[in-house]
Amino acid sequence: MSDNELNSPGYDIPPELQGQVAITTLDRLYNWGRRSSVWPLMFGLACCAIEMIVSQASRYDLSRFGMEVMRPSPRQSDLLLISGTVTKKMVPLLVRLYNQMPEPKYVVAMGACASGGGPFKEGYNVVSGIDRYLPVDVYIPGCPPTPQALINGLIRLQEKIDKQSIKQVPWYRKEPIEAIPIPILGPDLIDPRKIPQIKNRKAQEG
Amino acid sequence: MTTAAPHNVPETVQAETLDLAARFPGLVTPDERAGYSGWIVTADHLVQVALALRDEFGYDLLSSVTGVDYLPEGKMEVVYHAFKTTGGPGICFKVQTGRDNPEVPSLVSVYPGAELQEREAWDLLGIKFTGHPDLRRILMWEGFYGHPLRKDWQEPYYEDEAKPFKSRSPEGHVYRFEDRNPFGDNVRYPEDFDPEKWIPENPEDLLYQSLKTYRAESPDSIETEHIVVNMGPQHPSTHGVFRFVVALDGEKIVNLKPVMGYLHRNHEKIGERNTYLMNMPYTDRLDYLSPMSNNFAYALTVEKLMGITPPERAEYIRVIMAELTRIANHCMCIGSLLNDLGAFFTPMIYLLEERDLILDIFEATAGARMMVNYFRFGGVARDIPEDALEKIKGLAFERLPRILDEMDRLMSENEILRARGIGQGILTAEDAVRYSATGPLLRGSGIPYDIRRADPYSIYDRFEFDIPVGKNGDIYDRYIVRLEEMRQSVRIIQQALKQMPEGPIVVGKPQYQFRPPVGESYGRVEGPKGELGFYIVSNGKPNPWRYHVRAPSFINLTAFGPMCIGQKVADTVAILGSIDIVLGEVDR
Repeated sequence: MSDNELNSPGYDIPPELQGQVAITTLDRLYNWGRRSSVWPLMFGLACCAIEMIVSQASRYDLSRFGMEVMRPSPRQSDLLLISGTVTKKMVPLLVRLYNQMPEPKYVVAMGACASGGGPFKEGYNVVSGIDRYLPVDVYIPGCPPTPQALINGLIRLQEKIDKQSIKQVPWYRKEPIEAIPIPILGPDLIDPRKIPQIKNRKAQEG
Repeated sequence: MTTAAPHNVPETVQAETLDLAARFPGLVTPDERAGYSGWIVTADHLVQVALALRDEFGYDLLSSVTGVDYLPEGKMEVVYHAFKTTGGPGICFKVQTGRDNPEVPSLVSVYPGAELQEREAWDLLGIKFTGHPDLRRILMWEGFYGHPLRKDWQEPYYEDEAKPFKSRSPEGHVYRFEDRNPFGDNVRYPEDFDPEKWIPENPEDLLYQSLKTYRAESPDSIETEHIVVNMGPQHPSTHGVFRFVVALDGEKIVNLKPVMGYLHRNHEKIGERNTYLMNMPYTDRLDYLSPMSNNFAYALTVEKLMGITPPERAEYIRVIMAELTRIANHCMCIGSLLNDLGAFFTPMIYLLEERDLILDIFEATAGARMMVNYFRFGGVARDIPEDALEKIKGLAFERLPRILDEMDRLMSENEILRARGIGQGILTAEDAVRYSATGPLLRGSGIPYDIRRADPYSIYDRFEFDIPVGKNGDIYDRYIVRLEEMRQSVRIIQQALKQMPEGPIVVGKPQYQFRPPVGESYGRVEGPKGELGFYIVSNGKPNPWRYHVRAPSFINLTAFGPMCIGQKVADTVAILGSIDIVLGEVDR
């Protein structure tokens, strides 16, 4: 529904109620509530976390966008901000944190490392981007992104939330949402979803 | 709090030469390879020689322990750097062993500060330290295949021996690493690995076993079961992805083990493939709160190897930048320490404001707020622009002295800080040296050891400044030492601004690729967190053969466990905050 239609909904508001009653859609109200109170998980991974802290402080002040309430518990947060390099040793814990967050939940990959491995991509303990395990909503480029870039990315997330509709979002459906399988630390990182592929390659070689 | 006398390094210490070969005939030989220095000790007599170095010759601070894999010669070498806390240059001694089953006696009994570093050498190079009390992997997990820093170990995305990769240069063809890997991901499995038959072992088992090694002291001879509590890696007070496991008797800590590696980004392996200059931006990401200091240490080490000195103006710019970094780092450290103590965010936000003003200067000069990549071998990348210089003057002469006094007035007498800081987390001077602590942690314990004064580098011998030291070695003393250090940094910046000459900022023409002579080099600076050292071995190629970082946050954590034992569990957070760690540097 375009803004124009919203402002002229086609119902006549009686003159005595004008100025007291507004008409909007349920989606818009619902999205307005959620986009203005995104609670990020209080969790920093690496260098980007410092810029995240600075964004919270007085100069850049994330609270202008309703995001100042950082919760240290995944059970109370809506946004997983991957602020730094994801290592193989860390990724099982990150997936676990993500699984523990209640829906609706969003993931923002902050910086080059979280988006695709960044300068450390070739390292033996580095995951080439968190999107191999978690669904990412917004990627923020930079190494590290400046606070302005982070705020820009979070506004993009708000725009994304604005476009959601209660009718379509998965967390109001009947079918349960599958948890993401937790990667295993073996001789190297094992993604449980890829075990057939690993085995298949063995068969080809043998 | 007291301050040490300005010049505490006796001249005789500086001039003294040590002839280990005469003291231990047959057991110690001088290292005579071209470009190398120090002594080679036979493995069987390492402990004996180390004891003599500590007790007879006074090298009480074992700063760095690392290994080098000399693949062409077929041997491994463990390199130790020891220093005197009274000042002066250090001593370097080495032990050689075969590559197949490398075994070296552990020095933990002589220098307990070697504990974590020997574990790191075991993890990454596979050198076994016999007699080590707790030899487990430290950065990677138990069960990981191979020892990554060995020269014949290749990572999944391996492409070539050295950069720039032939596929990218000179034609500039680009491909994704994933396209060449059979799994399309950064993984590789051993030949005989079958994911379905493989029985997973719990990588934590050894950790929990080692946690049980405490002495059971129970005054009333009642056996109580100890509770094991994990803190981190996702915890707001561990300053990143640090984790520690405590065994508790009621609320009292009986044992504590740090667990790290959650941010192990393979700095050293990547660094050994990079050309020398390519490593400069990577050093920014070590201790990302004080990038200029990291640049400084790395530039010093390579300059030592190449035998060049930067021009005067560059030296002054370096000092100004390094001291600004120290102030910025201590702002963050004190802010988060008070955060941990319960002064939630108010001091932090006040201090972050000052830090941001310093970052503005970095941005104007180097082009980036945090990842500055500013130093070059033989100088710096850019001159300070006129308006940034005005900003520095404004900060150094007006704003910072005023703000620091205000912070002192607001925080130092704060009841919570004093109640939770005084007498808590005590590290005695003796223990601090034994555990190889450096930086404010060592000075907070009363040892006036500051490399800027003890073994001056760059032009630090030209400035007047005091070295603040604490008395009791508790959390409060470390806080006070940091606060006072910021004042001394302001003093140094003031002097440097007055003395700074005009002139060139880099020696010679900037080079992208060069070949330093064969040899080794250990350079160190007094970083905000302690002694930041780089150990580099060059084999004459454009990329280093061995590139090791002696990270102060990592080694200061050796003392974390002993400091916490006997304390309450709530104090661990404050003690950790007072050590001031940054995970980029702990895990590298």
